[in-house]
Amino acid sequence: MDTAQATAVTTRTITFRIWRQDDPNKPGHFDEFKVPYTKGANVISCLMEIQRNPVTVEGKKVAPVIWDAACLEEVCGSCAMNINGRVRMACSALVDKLEQPITLEPMSKFPVVRDLSVDRERMFDALKRVKGWIPVDGTHNLGPGPRQSPKDQSVMYVLSTCITCGSCLEACPQVSQDNNFIGAAAISQARLFNMNPTGKLQSEERVRALMGPGGIQDCGKAQNCVKVCPKEIPLTTSIAVMNREVTKLLIKDIFFQEEEQKSHGGPG
Amino acid sequence: MAAAARFTVVGGGLAGLMTTIKLAEAGHQVDVLSLVPVKRSHSVCAQGGINGAVNTKGEGDHPDIHVKDTLRGGDFLAEQTSVKGMCHAAPGIIYLLDRMGVTFNRTPEGLLDFRRFGGTLHHRTAFAGATTGQQLLYALDEQVRRYEAEGKVTKYEYWEWLGTVKDEGGRVIGSVAVDLRTMEIRTFPAEAVCLATGGPGIVFGRSTNSIINTGTAAGRAFMEGAIYANGEFIQVHPTSIPGEDKLRLMSESVRGEGGRVWVPKKKGDTRNPRDIPESERFYFLEEKYPKYKNLVPRDVATREIFMVCRDMGMGIGGKDGVYLDVTHIPAKTLDAKIKGVMEIYEKFVGDDPRVTPMVIFPGMHYSMGGLYVRFEADSRTQTPAEGSPVNQSTNIPGLYATGEADYAFHGANRLGANSLLSCIYSGMIGGPAMAAFAKSNATSAAAMPEKYFQSAKSYWEDRFATIKKMNGPENPYGLARELGDIMTENCTVVRYNDRLKKTVEKIRELKSRWNNVNVLDTGNVANRSLSYTNQLWNMLELGEVIATSALLRDESRGAHYKPEFSLPEPKVKDPTKDPEWMALWKKRHEKWAKTTIAKHSEQGPQISYEEIPTPVLDPEPRWYA
Repeated sequence: MDTAQATAVTTRTITFRIWRQDDPNKPGHFDEFKVPYTKGANVISCLMEIQRNPVTVEGKKVAPVIWDAACLEEVCGSCAMNINGRVRMACSALVDKLEQPITLEPMSKFPVVRDLSVDRERMFDALKRVKGWIPVDGTHNLGPGPRQSPKDQSVMYVLSTCITCGSCLEACPQVSQDNNFIGAAAISQARLFNMNPTGKLQSEERVRALMGPGGIQDCGKAQNCVKVCPKEIPLTTSIAVMNREVTKLLIKDIFFQEEEQKSHGGPG
Repeated sequence: MAAAARFTVVGGGLAGLMTTIKLAEAGHQVDVLSLVPVKRSHSVCAQGGINGAVNTKGEGDHPDIHVKDTLRGGDFLAEQTSVKGMCHAAPGIIYLLDRMGVTFNRTPEGLLDFRRFGGTLHHRTAFAGATTGQQLLYALDEQVRRYEAEGKVTKYEYWEWLGTVKDEGGRVIGSVAVDLRTMEIRTFPAEAVCLATGGPGIVFGRSTNSIINTGTAAGRAFMEGAIYANGEFIQVHPTSIPGEDKLRLMSESVRGEGGRVWVPKKKGDTRNPRDIPESERFYFLEEKYPKYKNLVPRDVATREIFMVCRDMGMGIGGKDGVYLDVTHIPAKTLDAKIKGVMEIYEKFVGDDPRVTPMVIFPGMHYSMGGLYVRFEADSRTQTPAEGSPVNQSTNIPGLYATGEADYAFHGANRLGANSLLSCIYSGMIGGPAMAAFAKSNATSAAAMPEKYFQSAKSYWEDRFATIKKMNGPENPYGLARELGDIMTENCTVVRYNDRLKKTVEKIRELKSRWNNVNVLDTGNVANRSLSYTNQLWNMLELGEVIATSALLRDESRGAHYKPEFSLPEPKVKDPTKDPEWMALWKKRHEKWAKTTIAKHSEQGPQISYEEIPTPVLDPEPRWYA
């Protein structure tokens, strides 16, 4: 690179305000950084630049920022954070489209590990809660699975692109760090497995998992989840579908209870 | 060994999860160590599909043709019995994934759909949109979650494997790992350890790989005596979008679904590509390879694109880049089959590829080489013998490797959609092999004296304490960038010995500068710079293996291309009809159709070569024109 270009690159900078928190139990603060501008830069490429030169605008040497990332193409779900006050994936947040200073904060609905990194274990626990799997008999060869229509496949495929990023929980007014509302992602996964021709066989168990405290009835229908989902998954449709399933099961339960009472009641 | 033994699997991608499932299914306890929640592993990035000669398209496809395509695609450097086992298991693997709920695309009749991919003339690739890796990984993740809920699997996510624990005889009896959040270092006793730790993409700085793919575990295993094989064989994918932070993959399925690669016939043509008429476009792959067209194997397509840009100066706007054009395909078809990649292009470049041709360039993608593993062939079928403890075993007793981390399945060049398959197949035979190995040992690892574990643990505690005190002038991330830049410049598409020599020298310089690193962070929670500085050394070790192996292999084969040592073009279209050329080919083949074996030493990697048995298919010239 010749000097003229080098000067041109270094004169234009991008300003970041980044939340720093050394420890989950310690108070946090913002650090401000300036990063050389490059065309096509995104939030992650700028965080990488800060790693190579972790110095704030005041000239103070600090530890590099800690954040979660892996694939950088919006498919691993790691890098969700609040960027200028809105939850989104940092890898696809192009700097040219963001107002400066660019403010980066960790998601607020999950415990902070450090800086922008948070603990999303509750999301994986929720997948256990809804039994989000097909209980195959084994990995031995049993031939193909049941036939499926391309139409069903296209619905299920979209549901199965959920990257467990946590954006839907972050945007949901019903989710807080102190409650156990299961959230849109896992509800939508329950719908996915209940649509699968084999998964259907355990549909009642998944629907039951959505009943009770922290279940689907805690949804306040704010519809924020569907607006922030980076994969554009029809989360509110999934919630509506599963709500119907829960209602059907509740009615069935009441009916059976009555039946049972009658049968145990002896001759009248 | 007790009936239910404890094992460690390192890595939560497809290979690691399948290894885990096989062990858990057999009733064993498995500790899974992963840098990230396993659902975020790099397998998630695979797009195009998974190969299996299911033959539902009336094309007469057969696993034996899959074997032939794979061995030929890898220019006869792959381990033949494992390839045969893999291709014959492939249809069953696809059916298994189907039963696990993978949302594979369907035909109107409700059957699995298959698409074309590179290096074959058959529709052999099952796919779920253009995010097949994600869908497959999720299916295995779900099965492992089920075992986790049953208490058979314990996940250690955000844990990094640091090294082995060995007994006096050199048998692996466990691992040492660090919790990347609390920075706690502890040991994991295990009857056998499997490294399913993926490839070394980040050694090249920017690649199509996830940023966790530093190759650190393989690098460390190499330092501990594991053989690293065929390191020089690095796949550069023909079609990626260059970016500041990474090179984003544009799946081969784009061409599988009819995408065409071209440049304007006029150099430096500044017209909007849509305004350039058909007659003024140079479809260079279709012209040179009328049979395979845009679906030649990756190494071939990559070299052609590279030459069109660098040697002929015909890249778009005189720069690196050619068009990958799908604008002639209905948007509805694109959305049904390759929406995932369409969206990546749209989000990161800003143009809609349904309307404007994409601009792409080759990017580092995959390592065919990896940890050397062995197989025991069933003499009847010439496939890996079921339940043999030898399968997927490294040269260190008790240490196994599966997935991209092993060297076996792809030879000098991997065919598209064979990697998801090799990950799963290697796990399917690796898990049972580990269990068989445990059974054959008189003493369980758990019953070994505590001193072995204690000394391994204190080695790593000391090393981390030492690194944490490093306060020299060098930034570890800056050193990594220098490594990546020189590896990309000299160890990718075209290789020259003088530059490779300089690369090896540069890596040695970086190694000495590593001693003057500043660790940047003295924190006690999630101190990434600390773990990264340790990883960086292992990356430098692997970089040196790759560059040295490339330097010493004086020929062109698959992804390893040295113009100074290439065979001339044959005089006729079918090279087997050119006896002079065939004589040259035979001479070259006899000298170089060997596995590169790298062993660690303080002075740098020691390279030797091993003959490759060919019980499945006799080598022949690899020719696609």
